[in-house]
Order: sequence, then C-alpha cells, then structure tokens
Amino acid sequence: MPSLDFFLQPEIFLVWTSVLKTSVVLGIVLTMVAYSVWAERKVSAFIQDRVGPNRVGWAGLIQPIADGLKLLLKENFVPAGVNKFYFSIAPSLAMVPAILVLGVLPFGSTLFSVPMVIADLNVGVLWVFAVSSLGVYGIVLAGWASNSKYPFLGGIRSSSQMISYELALGLSVVPVFMITSTLNLGQIVQYQIDHGWMVFPAWFAKGPGPLEFSTESGAIFGMSLEKTLLWIPMMISFVVFMIAMFAETNRVPFDLPEAEQELVGGYHTEYSSMRFALFFLGEYAAMIAGAGVIVTLFLGGWSLPFVPDGSHGWFWGLVNIGTFFAKIAAIIFFFLWVRWTLPRFRFDQLMKLGWYVFFEVALVNIFITAGILAYLKS
Amino acid sequence: MATVVQRPKLSLLERSYFPAILGGLWITIKHFTQMALGRTKVTMQYPEQKWDSAMPEWYRGAPTLVKDEHGRERCVACQLCEFICPPRAITIKPGELPGNSVWAKVEKFPDKFDIDMIRCIYCGLCEEVCPEQAIFLRKDYSITGLTRAEMVHDKAKLYELGGVMDGLVHKWNEKK
Repeated sequence: MPSLDFFLQPEIFLVWTSVLKTSVVLGIVLTMVAYSVWAERKVSAFIQDRVGPNRVGWAGLIQPIADGLKLLLKENFVPAGVNKFYFSIAPSLAMVPAILVLGVLPFGSTLFSVPMVIADLNVGVLWVFAVSSLGVYGIVLAGWASNSKYPFLGGIRSSSQMISYELALGLSVVPVFMITSTLNLGQIVQYQIDHGWMVFPAWFAKGPGPLEFSTESGAIFGMSLEKTLLWIPMMISFVVFMIAMFAETNRVPFDLPEAEQELVGGYHTEYSSMRFALFFLGEYAAMIAGAGVIVTLFLGGWSLPFVPDGSHGWFWGLVNIGTFFAKIAAIIFFFLWVRWTLPRFRFDQLMKLGWYVFFEVALVNIFITAGILAYLKS
Repeated sequence: MATVVQRPKLSLLERSYFPAILGGLWITIKHFTQMALGRTKVTMQYPEQKWDSAMPEWYRGAPTLVKDEHGRERCVACQLCEFICPPRAITIKPGELPGNSVWAKVEKFPDKFDIDMIRCIYCGLCEEVCPEQAIFLRKDYSITGLTRAEMVHDKAKLYELGGVMDGLVHKWNEKK
C-alpha cells in the first residue's frame, strides 16, 4: 500500500505522531484544568465542612462545562481607558507559556515504540524555566493595561514576586543536574528509573550497595551509603523547588498578585468573559505544568517501581501515561490542600523568604551536593 | 497607662513555619477525610430534603380560608381581618347570601377574598381576630410566583390551601 508507506516515512511519521501527541496531551490537560477547578471547589468545600458543587450532574461533575459555557456566553467587556492592544494579548500571554512547558515533559515511556514526549529537547529544563517565566508578562501587562489601581498593584506584586522566586527556583534544581549530569528531562526520568526517585531513592536497578536485596522482577530495593548521602540535598532541593513553584504559579500562600480580599482579584479585575477564562485556564494550566515538572524532576516521572515500560507492550505504555497524570493529580491535590490551609504571606515576608532564605538555601545546597559527589568519587 | 505586650520568643523551629504548617495541614486533611467518609453533618439539601416533618404545631405559614365539615365556608365577610392586617394585605368584597340559602341567617359571605402574599408578614393577627374561626395560618411557607398577580391569593386558592377543618365551634348550626 503506497499510501501507508507515505505515512511511515521518518519525517512524515514524526509530523503526524507529533500532531497526534500534541492534540491528545492538550486535550488531557485542558480536561484536567476544567476538573481541577471542580476539584478546587470540592476540596475547599470538604475542608470547610461544606458539600460543594452538587447540582450539575452527579456530585457536580458537569459543573466545569456549565462554568465554561457561562463564560463563553458572557459579554466580552472592554472598559474605557484601557490600552486595547495589551489588554487583548495579555490573557493569551498568560495562557500560552503554561501550555508550551508541556511540550518537553515526558508524559509516558513509549507507545507502539513512539516516545511519549512531544519535543525531546536536550535543554529541556532550561526551556521549562525560560518559557514559564514568560507567564509573568501576561500578568504584568494585564495589570498595566487595565488602567485601574487594583490590577496595577497585582501586576507590580507579580513582577517583584517573580524576581524573588525565580532565582531559588532555578538554583534549587541545579543539584539534580549535578547528580544526573543531563538537562534532558527524559534522561532525568531514566536516571530515576535506574537509581530510584529523587525524593525516595529506595529502589534502583543498578549499582550494588550494602543494604540491598533483590525482588523477583529483578529490580533492587534498598538503600546504600551513596543513596542516603545524596538523599539529603535532594530533599532540600525538593522542598525549595516545591515552595518556589507555589510562588511561580501564584498559589496560596504566595497568591499576592490575586489576593481577592485586598486587590479584588488583582490583575484580572477588569476582565470578563473568555478573556477572564483564559487567565483562569492559564493559571490552572501553569499549575498542571508545574506539577508535571515536579513529578518529572523529583518523583520519577512516568515510572513506578517494578512496573515495566512501554517496550513490553502497549498496555504498559498506557499504564505509564496514566501513572504520570496520576502523579500530577496527586501534586495538584497537595496544591489545593495547601491553599485551603495556609493564610497568605505578607508582601515583605514573601520577599524576605525569597531573598534571605530560599536563595541561600538553594545556593548552599549546590555546594553540599558538590561536596558529597566529590566525596563519593574519591 | 500603656500596656506593653511581650511578643512570645519563638524557637528557631517555630520561626521556620514548618511545625505550624504541618499542624495546619493535619487539621485540614482531617476535615477533608471526615467529610469524604460522610461523617460530617452538613446542612439540609433543601429542595430534596424538607423540614416539614419537624415543623412545630404553632408554625405560622401562609394564611388560608377553611370550610367546616358541613361544607360551609366559615368566613362571614365581617372584614375584621382586613382592618387589623398591619401591611393591608387582605382585600374583601362582601356579598349577600340569597334568602333561599340554608345559611340565610348568616347573611354575608365574601364575594371576593384576596390576600396579597407579597405584602403578608405572617403575623397571624387575622387568625387571632377572626370571630368565626375562618382564617388560619397553615404550614405552607414556600409561596412563589413569577408575576405580582400570581402572588395574590384569591378565594379559590385560599380554600384550596385551607381545605376542610373539623372540631370548630358551630354557632350557626342552630340558626339554619
């Protein structure tokens, strides 16, 4: 069949598989966005001893669709005195970076020997940081273009929050690269399959140690001196990265750009209809992308101990993909849980934490890791 | 005299926020799991569940007109309720009973009896003032309508809500 051969040419194959992967991931993520809004409302309700949305569909499960429809049907109002151009592009600027980050995340092993990552970049992590930092432009532009005091304050807060946290965010993952000696997210996941997850390196397939015993599937469970020593800087990295990610995605306790109680919603005060929905979508997509980065760097990506990868059949390929999104869902639950527990930090406290604590901790952590690695090599 | 409140001296661990954060997370997850397991008492789900069964005898709901077991409409259109009604919700147009009627001695009956449920304040004064035991506040509390006209209960509606009530005084029976 000549037509099938056409689709199996390497370049054409790459194109249509990439398009397919992109649309499927986008579909999954947008569905997750919709349902994390539902989860947000449900979790907050449960934590506050309420019932939460329960009218639209069973347990309110159709609520996100109703919300989306409502926002679609509303008037797209542009207040007088705004800078129309920036006012219009700001929502897209908030949304697009969050989606772009998803392009480099390995969301599964392989399916029919097609690698389950849209773009296997060697500078994957750098791409993540470069693109996700762009998200702040959407917020700052929205705040500035709205020509209104509350959005303006939100935008200013957002930019200063950004400079206090971006450093800690970037520095806290350097130890991960020092240990794995790669920036490619797929290879970082592969390292964690071989040596155990960064946050809990208790199983690994390679490298003998004193406290190990074999299991039937051939994987090894146990701790070694090397693992235990490297575990310390990894936990510090994980905690700092996690907290910086809260700030990066504007989640409580660092949601100062929004701060409903003080800023009437902050940067999106003047927005309505689909433009507002785009901000909302962007915020939750950034949360999912951030959770994806955390999962990939520290929680072993799509891998589960003693579960084979996609080369053992399409079923396991699907299991790996499911594992990745399940881990993301768990992280998102943690995000929600924290949101409905902690009060918001005051602005000076946030800057102080960023500059005086996390920056230093992340910096010192790099030296600790270097010291441990030098000790282990010698 | 100004009082100086000494700030508590926090240990390094307390200043790191972590014990308080973990404590808070523990409290909220307890609430979450209790709710998820269905152990938390929640508010009544109103349109599905109603408190009708728990309603007390003396509940003052919508005012209604009642008939007795002889099928006689008890209102004699004395208009006392119309006069006492604080928000002036009641409007009565009295009519004369025909001479061939069994109850001709009663002489009057309400030709029209309207209660504007937008105005009614459910005070129960109409029930208290009625010398004929004709008007009672029953247990209907969800009075809704899409127009103002719909919210005015006319005589038919009032009898529909009131129905028949027995055990009342029958002072007109001997004057049939």
